[in-house]
Amino acid sequence: MREAISQALMEEMDRDPAVFILGEEVGVWGGTYAVTKGFYDKYGPERVKDTPIAENAIIGAAIGAAMVGQRPVAELMTINFAFAAMDYIVNQAPKLHYMFGGQFKVPMVIRAVGGGGRQLGATHSQTPDAIFAHFPGLKVVSPGTPEDAKGLLKQAIRSDDPVLFIEHATMYQVRGDVPDEEYTIPIGKSKIQRPGSDVTIVTYCKGLELSMKAADELAGQGIQAEIIDLRTLRPLDMEPVLESFKKTNRAVIVEEGWKSYGVGAEVASRIYEEAFDYVDAPILRVAQKEVPLPYNRTLEQSALPQVPDIVAAVKEVLK
Amino acid sequence: MAETVSMPKLGFDMAEGTLVRWVKGEGETINKGDVLAEIETDKATVEVESSASGVVLKHLVDQGAVVPVSTPIAVIGEAGENPTVDRGPETVSAPQPVSTERTQEGLAPIPSEISPAESPSTVHGQPSIVKASPLAKKIARDKSIDLGKIVGTGPGGRIVRRDIESALSSQPSAVSVQPAQPAYQLPITPAADDETIQPSRLRLAIGRRMTEAKQTVPHFYVTREYKMEAVMDMRAQINAILPEGEKLSVNDFLVKALALALRRFPNLNASLAGDKVVRHGAVNVGVAVAVEGGLLTVVCQDADRKPLRQISSEVRAMAGRARDGKVKPDDIEGSTVSISNLGMYDVDEFIAIINPPEAAILAVGAAKQVPVVENGEIKPGWRMKATLSVDHRVSDGAEAAQFMQALAEFIEEPLRLLV
Repeated sequence: MREAISQALMEEMDRDPAVFILGEEVGVWGGTYAVTKGFYDKYGPERVKDTPIAENAIIGAAIGAAMVGQRPVAELMTINFAFAAMDYIVNQAPKLHYMFGGQFKVPMVIRAVGGGGRQLGATHSQTPDAIFAHFPGLKVVSPGTPEDAKGLLKQAIRSDDPVLFIEHATMYQVRGDVPDEEYTIPIGKSKIQRPGSDVTIVTYCKGLELSMKAADELAGQGIQAEIIDLRTLRPLDMEPVLESFKKTNRAVIVEEGWKSYGVGAEVASRIYEEAFDYVDAPILRVAQKEVPLPYNRTLEQSALPQVPDIVAAVKEVLK
Repeated sequence: MAETVSMPKLGFDMAEGTLVRWVKGEGETINKGDVLAEIETDKATVEVESSASGVVLKHLVDQGAVVPVSTPIAVIGEAGENPTVDRGPETVSAPQPVSTERTQEGLAPIPSEISPAESPSTVHGQPSIVKASPLAKKIARDKSIDLGKIVGTGPGGRIVRRDIESALSSQPSAVSVQPAQPAYQLPITPAADDETIQPSRLRLAIGRRMTEAKQTVPHFYVTREYKMEAVMDMRAQINAILPEGEKLSVNDFLVKALALALRRFPNLNASLAGDKVVRHGAVNVGVAVAVEGGLLTVVCQDADRKPLRQISSEVRAMAGRARDGKVKPDDIEGSTVSISNLGMYDVDEFIAIINPPEAAILAVGAAKQVPVVENGEIKPGWRMKATLSVDHRVSDGAEAAQFMQALAEFIEEPLRLLV
């Protein structure tokens, strides 16, 4: 996954001189998660900018650069620090194009690292994806495979809209095939990651990894789960979800964030609205326990959604 | 202080029960241990005993209601006390009284004429709601099916797609071919109309379990003939000294023989649990009993260690309770193998479906007098055929055949059953 993201950045920087990177420790150090290792030596301080520890300044600078035609890729060490730049992310970047008669575009990408599971404590382990997906004008992308990460990040950099690109802190080691040739993946397209006929699992990012394992386990018990990977939270592509649901009539939604007001709530609601007559059982959500994520490893793992939770939820909706 | 009585959980897989009848009405005095109500589970009708003494202050569910386990069904307290109901954590699944009028309007085939004058004031009787998924409702609407006539198998008795589909598949297809007028008509009574009946919960439960068993358990069958002269003789001798009502049946001998033979074949006295085989320490023989609308398996615990007479009296008592619909949970739980005997109907032989999670079931035909060949001569003899159905995931044909051979030792030399 790390390499796929690095490749995407490098290919786009090679392709378009307007693309540049800024963030904390992205340059000389090579990135907190080593995604931009070697970039500083290759592209120099003009295109790989180390910034002060001030997220509002990072995003503010990126917005300004984007408004005058650059294509900045700002890195937030963790998405939890995005709250320090909230006004820029949700109140400026998504609205400039709409509020000034289309005079400006903000072709900016914010790469942010989210998710729990690394014992980083309650303030550094959150999955606040749904908050950002709430705002029209901001695209929110969160891939679950290396192939998708590369293709979607390249497309995000080419997008004329601000894109929040959320990577998961525990998924940089995930391995997966990436096409040899140049490719991009359109933003706003959900994907069937595993075909099945008995139940629909809707998920994205870390939830995909867990759901695939759950589906293997369920298959051993004769239950064929179809897994739809949203890949993009805004714009949300419900077509494959609805198509699958109309076939299976039963769904479980898996997300790492908290259940209340979350991605699962949105997806379930859309299913109820758009496929009510196909509902054969209440749609269930598997999500993080409603607590600030504990530091203690055992407690942290028990608060995060796990494979057995998904298996149990699937069996429940199949009752 | 008022206490609530809840729907008991009888058996590990019981999720809900139907409250068939209130034995104690509201306002009646009740003692702890008195029968408060009768409930019907998938397996049997069982009496619910009161867990408190006092006066029945309130019935919380109506007769006929399907109630999830642990849901409060009644409040017992002192006369005149105001019943406060602790509905516990299960409130969501507690039955909700909802007007039937609304239900039928939404669910039943839409009537061509709705008379407003007949609305709520005409609603009488017990409030109930037909619980069905949106998909089930839509299919029912499209196919003009009355959901009220379908039993839901989803959580809390919800009607789901599979219930509608099974109802549809059991409906005869409409044929509208006009028969040619016959030249003359015999003076016979016309054929009766087709009748659609609501299967009992027991029938539905048998259907589910047997479908599961036949579809998921790879059965194989081994049939063998047994010489019955010795058993018949011994039975006649024993019954000559036993009082009426305590005489032994052939099946009692077979229960004991089966149990003793199984002691030598622990692999067949087993259950498949996931990818493990659990070899049971006890040999508990389930005896299939025909009851109205289905069958039940009553369980003779430790049949290998009980004398014939005890096996006989226990099975007789349990079978009686089963037929009366008064079976106790202990009567039907914990079998490790089963036996089904249709000998009394003069059946030669048949094969039975395994009762999961057991690994085997013995199907027994009638003991009959037949011509047999012995030392090159034909002479009359008693023979009986039995077929063992075995789960191939647990055992193989050779082992099953050896077991049937071991069973022969006990049946054909029945003194072994006594010593």
